[in-house]
Amino acid sequence: MIEQIFEFIGKHEEMIFFILLSVFVGVEVIGGVPTVLHTPLMSGANAIHGVVIVGAIIVMLNLEPDNLTGLILGFLAVVLGTLNVVGGFVVTDRMLEMFKKK
Amino acid sequence: MTPDTLYHLRTFVYLFASVTFVIGLKRMGNPATARGGNLFAAAGMILAIIATIFINVKKNVLADGTIAYIQSQPASIIYILIFVAIALGTVIGWTTAKRVQMTRMPELVSMFNGMGGACAALIGLMEFHHNTGNTGALIAIILGMIIGSVSFSGSVIAYLKLNGTMQKPVRLPSYNIINSVWMLAMFVFGAYMILGGTDSMLLLYLLFAVALAYGILFVIPIGGADMPVVISLLNSFTGLAAAFGGFLYGNKVMLTGGILVGSAGTLLTIVMCKAMNRPLSNVIFGAFGGSTDAGNTTDVKGSIKDMSVSDAAVLLNYSKKVVIVPGYGLAVAQAQHVIHELEMLLEERGVEVKYAIHPVAGRMPGHMNVLLAESNVDYSKLVEMDDINPELEQTDVVLVVGANDVVNPAAKTDPSSPIYGMPILEVDKAKNIIVNKRSMSAGYAGIENLLFYNPKTSMLFGDAKKALSELVNELKTLG
Repeated sequence: MIEQIFEFIGKHEEMIFFILLSVFVGVEVIGGVPTVLHTPLMSGANAIHGVVIVGAIIVMLNLEPDNLTGLILGFLAVVLGTLNVVGGFVVTDRMLEMFKKK
Repeated sequence: MTPDTLYHLRTFVYLFASVTFVIGLKRMGNPATARGGNLFAAAGMILAIIATIFINVKKNVLADGTIAYIQSQPASIIYILIFVAIALGTVIGWTTAKRVQMTRMPELVSMFNGMGGACAALIGLMEFHHNTGNTGALIAIILGMIIGSVSFSGSVIAYLKLNGTMQKPVRLPSYNIINSVWMLAMFVFGAYMILGGTDSMLLLYLLFAVALAYGILFVIPIGGADMPVVISLLNSFTGLAAAFGGFLYGNKVMLTGGILVGSAGTLLTIVMCKAMNRPLSNVIFGAFGGSTDAGNTTDVKGSIKDMSVSDAAVLLNYSKKVVIVPGYGLAVAQAQHVIHELEMLLEERGVEVKYAIHPVAGRMPGHMNVLLAESNVDYSKLVEMDDINPELEQTDVVLVVGANDVVNPAAKTDPSSPIYGMPILEVDKAKNIIVNKRSMSAGYAGIENLLFYNPKTSMLFGDAKKALSELVNELKTLG
């Protein structure tokens, strides 16, 4: 069992370090933020996970042009991902715009 | 450019985009740099999307260890579909985000979050059948799909709760047991899809449906007042789903973006729970919300005192210090501009006016700040709970507008109350209290508020915007 775990870690060494460090970065970046900014921050983070659209585009690019179901689902996924990205950033910008005055 | 140069260029763009996400989020944590931070992250995102569309190169490690970069050229119909989809999403997303009223922002954030979750779920649906047998890829596909689906259906329910379509928490009998069993079954099913070697699309769609249903079951029992926490949690779920996508494609920008939001979102969720002084488990497993819980049985002593607009105007006019407590009722009535007018009028008469902001006033932490900032209220007048509480004793009048649970003394005095332990604005210390409410109905938590029966309290019934406008007019005649 232990050997298998070690083997898994060895095989995905780079990925595991990457994920672990990203988790700490995420926690560090948010630490100590004033309550006032929680809503815009949540909204900004919401826009950033819209990066999932990159995955949707990759799926589309690898589809066979005659795969109708795939094209429909892929199209839908790209629309939804774009909504997440564009809507997310624009809403956040509107919220933050109000903090800029004075 | 040769395929290998293009490949490295894309890697560089992804690296740059990952940095913009981290720095963008960091800058969003400070009011002075927040807007720039958001735009910086957005710029990184656009670059990453462009690079993904236009650089279509795969890296293959051959048997003898040499690396080959293979450029492929997808059919033009695929490019057309991608561009149409992006154009469509941009137009809809942009116009919705621009048009929506500030008061409705929280539900919109929830909706956009759901879209991201759905996108992740669809990726899982499409990738499943050409990865059968590859356990590593299947883990990412199945988990990404489950979490994305839960986030999607959960966000839709949160949206419906926030916009008032779904008012009361729906609690099935022993819903906690049903939900736990359902979740367990969902993950066992998922494990079977990963390890069982099946390639049945029917089973995959069934799992998709089971996950969607779980998202609904997960959110329906939770009371509306807890929706901010739920949205924040679902937000980190979507981040996680995006990260699984990144794992699947070995795509680093998806990984950074997804994990960053996953961990930051989880921390944000915990911070919000702390602001309400309740553990996360309490939010998820209940004890709060509109059902007939212990708090409702509190004996009500004393009577309600009604007040006319002119009396309220006189009281405010001759005060030295007034503290306004805004709540969701203010947002619903769109009264943020009138309240600012009232504040300026009182300041002209030499009255000191401040706003007391409870960490969870409104439907999201910081919601009231955004709303009042919109109507040009000076940022320095918004005082957070811990700073204003000691000042309330020297306050002549506290004006509560559309807030309820955040000023309920039961949180301090009644251990049987569902909100017991939540820090509140101690407005009962002030010399006079004016409460503006539409009716006598209980707040979002569904609990009776003894503050209204306090001898120092006078009720000013009516829609916040209407009542405050009348108050402003009355004050002008006094001048």
